[in-house]
Amino acid sequence: MNKKIFGALIILVLSPLAVADSTQQAFEAMQQSFSKAGQAGMERLQQDETQRLCSAGAASNGLTDDALAKILAANEAAVKLPADGNYFGDWKRGQAIAQLGTGLQSSDDPAKPAGGNCYACHQMAESEIAYGTIGPSLLHYGKLRGNSQPIVDYTWRVLYNAKSYFACTHMPRFGSQGILDEQQLRDVMSYLLDPESPVNQ
Amino acid sequence: MKQRLWRVVSVAVMACMPFVVGAQQQEDPVAEYRELFGEDNPAELWEQRGEGLWREARGPKNVPLSSCDFGLGAGVIAGAYAQMPRYFADTGRVEDLESRLVTCMSTIQGFDRETMLRSRFGDGDKKSDLEALTAYIVGQSRGHTVEIKLQHPAEKAAYETGKSLFFYRAGPHDFSCASCHGESGKRIRLQSLPGLLEKKDAQFAFTTWPGYRVSQGELRTLEWRLADCFRQQRLPQLGYGSPAAVALVMFMAVNANGGKMDAPNLKR
Repeated sequence: MNKKIFGALIILVLSPLAVADSTQQAFEAMQQSFSKAGQAGMERLQQDETQRLCSAGAASNGLTDDALAKILAANEAAVKLPADGNYFGDWKRGQAIAQLGTGLQSSDDPAKPAGGNCYACHQMAESEIAYGTIGPSLLHYGKLRGNSQPIVDYTWRVLYNAKSYFACTHMPRFGSQGILDEQQLRDVMSYLLDPESPVNQ
Repeated sequence: MKQRLWRVVSVAVMACMPFVVGAQQQEDPVAEYRELFGEDNPAELWEQRGEGLWREARGPKNVPLSSCDFGLGAGVIAGAYAQMPRYFADTGRVEDLESRLVTCMSTIQGFDRETMLRSRFGDGDKKSDLEALTAYIVGQSRGHTVEIKLQHPAEKAAYETGKSLFFYRAGPHDFSCASCHGESGKRIRLQSLPGLLEKKDAQFAFTTWPGYRVSQGELRTLEWRLADCFRQQRLPQLGYGSPAAVALVMFMAVNANGGKMDAPNLKR
């Protein structure tokens, strides 16, 4: 109890940091309210700096310039380009990854690879009408952009860690958070950029 | 009454047929079912069971729930849900309807809390008393205006916590509630998402839970919806009636102030 009062006093003293406190308040409520389920352990409630700054920014008046710079730098540093310099795989496997919505949920089998669930948010191939609209349409992604090295490099970076370009985007950091492995990312690259892929038909 | 109930049952069976979504139905995927159901909603089965549970003497103490106070006085349920969550002096906590039911069923009727929580969500033949009671009591606020006054400091604190939870990004996918519900007019695959920061959407969302979910053949409550959202956020399990759950319900309820209750409703 005394500890709590002491904590409250500290928070009052540090009131200029009110925004950070609001995420701290959320974290404390979650600690009391959640329990481990399947592969989703309590450690997942702990935010990294990007998550903390983006949450605080969204709950207030947006990001400060300083926070924006920090997020972009940290996430740019987290991008790994493919070790063998090969950016491409198989668009058919990429399509399956784009369709698959499971992976890393408490109800999912941790032994099975996660999907990218791209269609939850993006339009991709014209033939797939069940697409979401949270992200921009990627219809004809490669056809519109070609596959010059800058486009290839940019696309890899956005898939690997979209927050290296768009600070607080809703898009998960598929590579740096270990949601998709390097080969899966190559396959999705092909789905987006291969002229044979349905995305570019 | 019997005949009407039978109609509801047969419509419920039809609802279990494969759910086909076409692009032309994007705006309201349950429109076809609404037409099929007419004024009937299989949720009535839960409401009726809940009404029985409300009146019956039950639990180790063999008494009805009629002394339970939902904020408008002992046993008053008409319009009570439209003013919840709220602070309750007897527990010293802010409670939503679902956590209040757990409180009353344990203190008044003597039910074991843990046992109740284990069967909080129904599944086929395993019926949940909490769900049925929730459906019935929410139904007693149909047509009432949502009016959360945020008078008690604990109510204000719950709202603030709920707001910060709404924006709290975490887990391998960096998701928060706001990832899907921060803007209106968006959808996941073909499912429209209510933007819970915008009045019209927030009112629609809050006033239509619980709902009979056509795709699951079950009635689902608002706490079920929240817990399942967190599962999809790749986060651990949200505790039923927990401080975070109540805070989020409070945030949603306040954003829905002025809306007219229309639940139990029908959901995809």
